[in-house]
Amino acid sequence: MGSIKLDGLKKAFGSQTVIPDANLEIADGEFVVFVGPSGCGKSTLLRLIAGLEEPTDGRILIDGRDVTHAAPARRKLAMVFQSYALYPHMSVYQNIAFPLKMAGEKADVIRVRVQEVATSLDLLPYLERRPRALSGGQRQRVAIGRAIIRQPAGFLFDEPLSNLDAALRVSMRTEISELHRRLRSTMIYVTHDQVEAMTMADRIAVMNAGRIEQFDTPLELYRRPANMFVAGFIGSPKMNFIEGARAREYDARTIGIRPEAIDWSIDSGKWRGRVERVEHLGAETVVHLSLDTADILTFRTPLDERLVAGRTIHVSPREDSIYRFDGEGRAIPGPKRNP
Amino acid sequence: MRSLRPTLFKAAMTFLGWAVALLLFFPILWTVLTSFKSEVEAIAFPPAFWPSGWTLENYFEVQERSEYFGHFLNSVALSLGSTVIGMLIAIPAAWSMAFQPAASTRHVLMWMLSTKMMPAVGALVPVFLIFKSAGLLDTLPGITLIVLVGNLPIMVWMLYTYFKEIPADILEACRMDGATVWKELVHVLLPMSLPGVASTMLLNIILAWNEAFWTLSLTAVKAAPLSAFIASYSSPQGLFWAKLSAASTLAIVPILIIGWISQKQLVRGLTFGAVK
Ligand SMILES: Nc1ncnc2c1ncn2[C@@H]1O[C@H](COP(=O)(O)OP(=O)(O)O)[C@@H](O)[C@H]1O
Ligand SMILES: [Mg+2]
Repeated sequence: MGSIKLDGLKKAFGSQTVIPDANLEIADGEFVVFVGPSGCGKSTLLRLIAGLEEPTDGRILIDGRDVTHAAPARRKLAMVFQSYALYPHMSVYQNIAFPLKMAGEKADVIRVRVQEVATSLDLLPYLERRPRALSGGQRQRVAIGRAIIRQPAGFLFDEPLSNLDAALRVSMRTEISELHRRLRSTMIYVTHDQVEAMTMADRIAVMNAGRIEQFDTPLELYRRPANMFVAGFIGSPKMNFIEGARAREYDARTIGIRPEAIDWSIDSGKWRGRVERVEHLGAETVVHLSLDTADILTFRTPLDERLVAGRTIHVSPREDSIYRFDGEGRAIPGPKRNP
Repeated sequence: MRSLRPTLFKAAMTFLGWAVALLLFFPILWTVLTSFKSEVEAIAFPPAFWPSGWTLENYFEVQERSEYFGHFLNSVALSLGSTVIGMLIAIPAAWSMAFQPAASTRHVLMWMLSTKMMPAVGALVPVFLIFKSAGLLDTLPGITLIVLVGNLPIMVWMLYTYFKEIPADILEACRMDGATVWKELVHVLLPMSLPGVASTMLLNIILAWNEAFWTLSLTAVKAAPLSAFIASYSSPQGLFWAKLSAASTLAIVPILIIGWISQKQLVRGLTFGAVK
């Protein structure tokens, strides 16, 4: 219980089409991440699934049941908002109990459930506090508590960690993954942070301008991006794209080379370039190289003192990890090298 | 020398503040003082500041000559009635305008406000004729209705502003949590906008209590509230300053007390959002 299917889903605000045509099948118990740049329609798609927005066209099915026009509460989904959206005038206890109270649950049942949930989220000492007297991480946990208390078929998270500082973000990330392992319910998680997406997801839907560009496991997205957008979005630093003669050599309009798939040497290699900038990150070094054309090539390598700005060096892409793209930016499958 | 200037400035501002406050308060003070004078002393020139006799005679006479308590009850019924019924209409109206706005919502709001820009006397003749043929003249339901309609735009506007302050996320969370519109209103919206709701009600009570134009035009004896009752002391038979003052004092004292008790609430509500 908790499979979600989007069938030709479309959403327009007035004359602006935000989601042109979304098709997606999410299996029960899956952790799916919607990732994409800000403004690409991730929240809108999530809110359509939640029932907070009315679709312009298309259907939404949960467990095979058409819920396209069902009220949010009827969809058995719970949502965790970016702002947490806690009720400021209620205590932590009342916040967590609210969905059960709305469902008309008996007071003693509610008390037991709230105790359970609060225990599992380490919130027991704070039950009588108001949200404003809690830290960001605690508020986040209250929001999660309010979501899990109803035992919904699925959870929707809209950038839930973006208001937390970096350290807390990492630990909450683990906590949410842990929650998924424990509850085994479907989760859809929206973020613009590809690291969050890669580390948490079973499958990732990469979105761009309202379109789902690719829906696949993190590793497949990394290994076999369907197009230049996905190739550029997944991976850090970003994949290098090179056009012109160097690409034609591979029978492609554009070739893509990941920064981790480039070898360098002082005196010999396929291409020659000048070191523009060197970023020492400790364990590794990121080098920005300008080739003799306008192209800038970024690559990562273990620390080496000889890499200094202004120096001319040689680089060679690993031939088996060159991605080829056609004029529309679509990946060209098949052998990498022109025979 | 240098530090003298800010001090002087502060002293001047303090003085100015007191002067303005006294200026505003003086008519009320004068009315109260006059109500304790004899009729002769009240019209004496040059006027005496303090009453020489401190007589309660005016108050006794006012109560004897006209039924103060009856008018007081009318004022209470008018203020509370128009406020409670008004809120029952204004809350759903403001809710739908704040959370389910249509393309024309802004125009509706402006149009409602524009009715307050028209002088009330412009509508007097038609309203009077309608009241006459409907048998509403000098009745409590009639005067409550017209005061309610007059204040409704203000109530809707105020509530609309307060509702707008509530983050949309919270109401959406509420819907996700399975709250019906009614439960959302009772458990989330009203508690969260309580300062705003309270000051809307208080302001409306005060406005209705002080309303004089419609009460003078549409009530006579039976349904006349205190505002109309005061006016009956400036009659063609002659002005009785001391009794008029006693009547006025009696009329404003209840609302002054309410205002005094609730001033903190009122200020908080009226500046809600401005000082978040
Ligand atoms: N209620 C709305 N009315 C009009 N436009 C909207 C509304 N909600 C979102 N949009 C537009 O839809 C686009 C996608 O927004 P959103 O789904 O919030 O993006 P994301 O969550 O990926 O940052 C944006 O261009 C935004 O301006
Ligand atoms: Mg968003």
